[in-house]
Amino acid sequence: MTDKEKIDSLEFVYNFYLKMRDSNVSLAYEGEITHQITKAFTALTESNMVNEEDYNTVQRKVFHVMVECLQNISKHAEPIGNLPASKDGRGIFMISKNAEEYNVTTGNVVSNDKIEELSEMLDNINSLDKIGLKQLYKQQIREGRLSPKGGAGLGFIDIVRKTGEKLVYEFLRINDHQSFFILISTISRKQQQDLES
Amino acid sequence: MDPIKIKGTDDTPQVILDKDNGIFEISGRSLPEDVAAFFEPILKWINEYSQEPLPKTVFNFKLEYFNTASSKLILDVLLKLEEMSDDGKDVLVRWHYPDDDEDMQEAGEEYADIVEVPFEQVSYSVD
Repeated sequence: MTDKEKIDSLEFVYNFYLKMRDSNVSLAYEGEITHQITKAFTALTESNMVNEEDYNTVQRKVFHVMVECLQNISKHAEPIGNLPASKDGRGIFMISKNAEEYNVTTGNVVSNDKIEELSEMLDNINSLDKIGLKQLYKQQIREGRLSPKGGAGLGFIDIVRKTGEKLVYEFLRINDHQSFFILISTISRKQQQDLES
Repeated sequence: MDPIKIKGTDDTPQVILDKDNGIFEISGRSLPEDVAAFFEPILKWINEYSQEPLPKTVFNFKLEYFNTASSKLILDVLLKLEEMSDDGKDVLVRWHYPDDDEDMQEAGEEYADIVEVPFEQVSYSVD
């Protein structure tokens, strides 16, 4: 590194730190999502939540959402372009929180030909009420088959059922073949009783 | 019949399938890296057991957490128990859930709706 590069790098680190702090990001990661990473992140977040004295129900829901989101990346993310060196299962994973809620954000590359199917699935899940979601879950668990990668096709449904919040998503075009799929799940830090009162 | 005894870890459940002592139990956390491989010997064991079961089989689930991939395999276990029950065997599923965990209680209720096997919900308190 030249001196100029070193200074740029220091500035990058500081700006990155400020950005993370200002956006209340408590965990950010870019790279391959393995089972070990999934275990490490959930354990880390669990101990943070215990320290923050979040409700048990909230902790459980955050745990659920994290596992499903991380496993989605490890099972569905595609390598960028045709680079032989790049691997499947890479993506970004981020947790941010404020006084009201936790946000779990994932980002990964998908083929453009999957966008339609994914959008339809997500829009359908977002359009359903509690009873509709329950029916869809039961139908999928009965009729769905485990994919070769071990997915049950239940992750998105489960997240919306557990959190009671709609999924926010976007596909950002990379080129004619691929897009970057961003998904945000929200978990309220309030107890159900608090919400109802 | 040789029992299956698997110690629980932070990502795999404890499993005890012991015909001699009449203990059938899956408990703890389930998010194995390869969920199909983890449950395969369990399903195989139950298959074999169902040929010559005890006069009464009480199968206990006491799960703290399971991911959606596991939920599919748990249903497979329950479907095996349903088959036994359809065959005229005396089977009871006991679904234990922490008394402050509505989602786990609901998961039990849904399984009870899906499979036709005597099903009991049991809440336990956590401190």
